[in-house]
Amino acid sequence: MPCAECTCKDKITKEQWEGLDAVVAKHKSTRGSLIQCLHEAQELIGFLPIEVQKRIADGLGIPVADVYSVVSFYALFSTQPKGEHEISVCLGTACYVRGADSVLNEIQDQIGIKAGETSKDGKFSINVVRCMGACGLGPVISIDGQTHGRLKSDKIKPILEKYNS
Amino acid sequence: MVNLTINGKSISVLEGTTIIEAARTAGIRIPSLCYMKGINEIGACRVCLVEVEGARGLVTSCTTKVAEGMVVRTNSPAAKQARKAVVELIISNHPYDCLKCVRSGKCELQQLANDMGIREIAYEGERAHHEQDKSTFSIVRDPDKCILCRRCVAVCAKVQGVGAVNTQGRGFETVVAPEFELPMNSTSCAMCGQCVLVCPTGALTERDSTGEVWRAINDPAKHVVVQTAPAVRVALGEEFGMEPGSLVTGKMVAALRRLGFDKVFDTDFTADLTIIEEGTELLHRALSGGKLPMITSCSPGWIKYCEHYYGDCLDHLSTCKSPQQMFGALAKTYYAKKAGIDPGSIYSVSVMPCTAKKFECERPEMVSSGFKDVDAVLTTRELARMIRESGLDLNELEPEEYDAPFGISTGAAVIFGATGGVMEAALRTVYEIITGTDLGENLDFVDVRGMEGIKQMSVKLPEKLAAPYDKLSGLELKFAVAHTLKNASQVMDMVRSNTSPWHFIEVMACPGGCIGGGGQPIGTDYDRRVMRIEGTYAADRSLKMRKSHDNPAVRELYNDYLIEPLGHKSHELLHTHYEDRSQV
Repeated sequence: MPCAECTCKDKITKEQWEGLDAVVAKHKSTRGSLIQCLHEAQELIGFLPIEVQKRIADGLGIPVADVYSVVSFYALFSTQPKGEHEISVCLGTACYVRGADSVLNEIQDQIGIKAGETSKDGKFSINVVRCMGACGLGPVISIDGQTHGRLKSDKIKPILEKYNS
Repeated sequence: MVNLTINGKSISVLEGTTIIEAARTAGIRIPSLCYMKGINEIGACRVCLVEVEGARGLVTSCTTKVAEGMVVRTNSPAAKQARKAVVELIISNHPYDCLKCVRSGKCELQQLANDMGIREIAYEGERAHHEQDKSTFSIVRDPDKCILCRRCVAVCAKVQGVGAVNTQGRGFETVVAPEFELPMNSTSCAMCGQCVLVCPTGALTERDSTGEVWRAINDPAKHVVVQTAPAVRVALGEEFGMEPGSLVTGKMVAALRRLGFDKVFDTDFTADLTIIEEGTELLHRALSGGKLPMITSCSPGWIKYCEHYYGDCLDHLSTCKSPQQMFGALAKTYYAKKAGIDPGSIYSVSVMPCTAKKFECERPEMVSSGFKDVDAVLTTRELARMIRESGLDLNELEPEEYDAPFGISTGAAVIFGATGGVMEAALRTVYEIITGTDLGENLDFVDVRGMEGIKQMSVKLPEKLAAPYDKLSGLELKFAVAHTLKNASQVMDMVRSNTSPWHFIEVMACPGGCIGGGGQPIGTDYDRRVMRIEGTYAADRSLKMRKSHDNPAVRELYNDYLIEPLGHKSHELLHTHYEDRSQV
């Protein structure tokens, strides 16, 4: 179950809650504004934990089941906080045929989490993307927006070590 | 009007009609699964595909509106083949356990597979798996049998206005569930069971209590008593092929005796008692400046909903327990004493049209007899299963009478089963108490009857009333009746904002009232509800006693035991309190 051990209350600042209430208030009277509201909430807080979804549901006057329905449908909404370093692994066709899956597996093994998750120490999060437009460099990943190309699984460890210090 | 041809037949229907409805007017049935007229018209299941000349590909007939000159073929080889393939694909992600499924024989997927002549499993592959949710006392959710038709989602959101479930996740992982896939007992679900009534498969069912009831019946040390709710007698017959609305009270009593219950009693007895207590409470509030409007508390789905969504309005609720729980409290006190039976050996069963009643009897405060007041609740469906299990056919049984003393009741109690019924029963009694006059033949308060969502009426009291009711002289008493939780919420928003003009409000959680409850036979729809309501009022008319305060057994109960309405004993056994659940 996602977000079962929710501790988000401690992670969200007072300012963020206030900002969230303002976002909800702005969208309150517009029907069909849930997705936009979730976007802005995620931009503000970084992720959409249970408490945030409940606050949005209350504010918009819709069932929480409806909010979670949208959050759980779209891959771009996350119920977990992003890590300090965000790793995007390209699984587009070009990268894939050049072995992106073994690169992804290596990253997952090294950090000990699956794509879509955040490591316990909050250091890394991994997500899968479709194409970065850098097919010539495939397999390619980006960490905090910086691209690393022509990867093989044995190149992963030294790259991650740079971010681990 | 729009003219079109369906299967070569020229028809003309109103603009805006969908193909599936247009076909129905021409006597052509297009198979469907997710479709519910006016409630779920989303083309999710693709079972209703038909061929429309000139259209790109096949179209779903439940979402496509008719157009002038349209040529529709519902039975072209392409349409038939596509529909069959759709059903085969649904089956490929469905367990093959029809033999032991509680919905077998009443499952729409099974029926479709049969109708389409599906004799082999066309596609075998991975099947989605999610854990069953058995967290509540009322409803069991088995997502593996869910075909994602979203009927439950629609009925919960659009009819009840609750939205306790929705589709969660995406693609193959999609599951119909509460938020965060929480177990249902940690959500604001009212347990009304309307989702169970509309589920086409066995994905949503009542929590079965037949096993524990059989065990009690088979235990010679137990004295097993049963009570039957007003709305069961006009619906149980449908389970045995009778017309909806058929009144089967006597046959049901006979069946319950054959099943082995030691005493067969009637919830109608405590419905009459409820009217005395609740009517007195209303008058007490009106005379003493108590909280008004007062709102009925018989419907446990409504109560749970109110506790979740109107936790700040709980003091408007009558403190009266529901008839089921009044019965339970009296069975193990008054009845035990009167019959000389150890209350600890009494096992108290109720037969209810309701899934929320299963939740209600488990509420921790419902132990005022010193024991669990009601041990087990059976829905109408479960009773039908027990009758079939015993090889009995309701049609064949000779009618029998209820046992005394809890079998004596009035027409006012019978109508508790229909929306407006509690209000009407209360009016019959309260009006006579206040005015000291006899209503005579004018017992029918028809303004509060029928399927309209919110009904209102008012009664002008005479100018000169005798004490202690002189305070109410000339007052225009105003009443409202709401059924479905969505309508209830409209009424409650006015109560909350102090803009309600009413003195007394009746709320029942289910459409049509208890006769349309979540424990009633599968196939409950608008027409059946209307027929059951007709059966209910016919039963009322057929009875000599039609006012709760005329019930001699209730009078005896007060004389022998309770002493007076709202008295000490009543408070102990017949009244309750509520819990603010707004933080859940």
